Amino acid sequence: MPLDPSAIGRQGSVVTYDIDASEVRAFADAIGDPSAVYRDLDAARAAGHPAIPAPPTFAACRRGGDDVREGLDMDWSRILHGSEEVELRRPVYVGDRLHVSQRVADVFTKEGRSGVMDFLVLEAVAPDDAGELVYTVKRTVVVKRRPDEGAP
Amino acid sequence: MFPDLQLPPITKEQLVRYAGASGDFNPMHYDADFARAAGYEGPICHGMLSMAFLGRALTAWAGEGGVLKLTARFKAVTYPGDVITVSGVLVDRRGDEVDLTLEARRSDGAVTTVGAATVRRPA
Repeated sequence: MPLDPSAIGRQGSVVTYDIDASEVRAFADAIGDPSAVYRDLDAARAAGHPAIPAPPTFAACRRGGDDVREGLDMDWSRILHGSEEVELRRPVYVGDRLHVSQRVADVFTKEGRSGVMDFLVLEAVAPDDAGELVYTVKRTVVVKRRPDEGAP
Repeated sequence: MFPDLQLPPITKEQLVRYAGASGDFNPMHYDADFARAAGYEGPICHGMLSMAFLGRALTAWAGEGGVLKLTARFKAVTYPGDVITVSGVLVDRRGDEVDLTLEARRSDGAVTTVGAATVRRPA
């Protein structure tokens, strides 16, 4: 089914994340990045950081409440990840308390060679405890319509 | 000149680690039956893991805090066992800020992920 454009602007709940050293280390381990800066405060300070920074795409994994999806008529089991955009005002640091929420930024349909595709764009914003924006993340997901679901 | 980053073969363990570290527990990335039912040969890698590899190439070059913006578009799937190489091209420089385009390639030549980035890297 096509998504209802009236979903645009719908807001998910705010999730507060207290970023700790073990989760940053686990993320660096998972992506195979050997840098000591992600694991050791002295190495981070020597590289000019006030605290241990997280790798840049860590931000995209702390995106607020998934309840933004509730009620959207989309088959989540068939979803494909189209694209992702991460914009950082500064690195995420161990010790940060981030208040992250996402909203439906756009909903649209495209007809291509392989059929009709429904697109959903979710945008997350992450202010810190002082209210300063740390990052925004925009995720575009795609569901290819089944032939019996018809054209837009 | 932006140096290539060649990664060791992706392992199933890495997908499980990435699921845990990222919080993305989509069974497509660890449940073989689920992935085959969706038409894949088996569990596929997280697109965001490929994006993280673009990030690694960038931070190796510009420093851990150097990435200001990174965009990735996912073009083809990656499976455990695939060997991925990230390459990049410098597109523009404004003072300390550099724009690049990036791609992640499998060893069969298929491009899995294309990216664009802005990083801070003093000349």
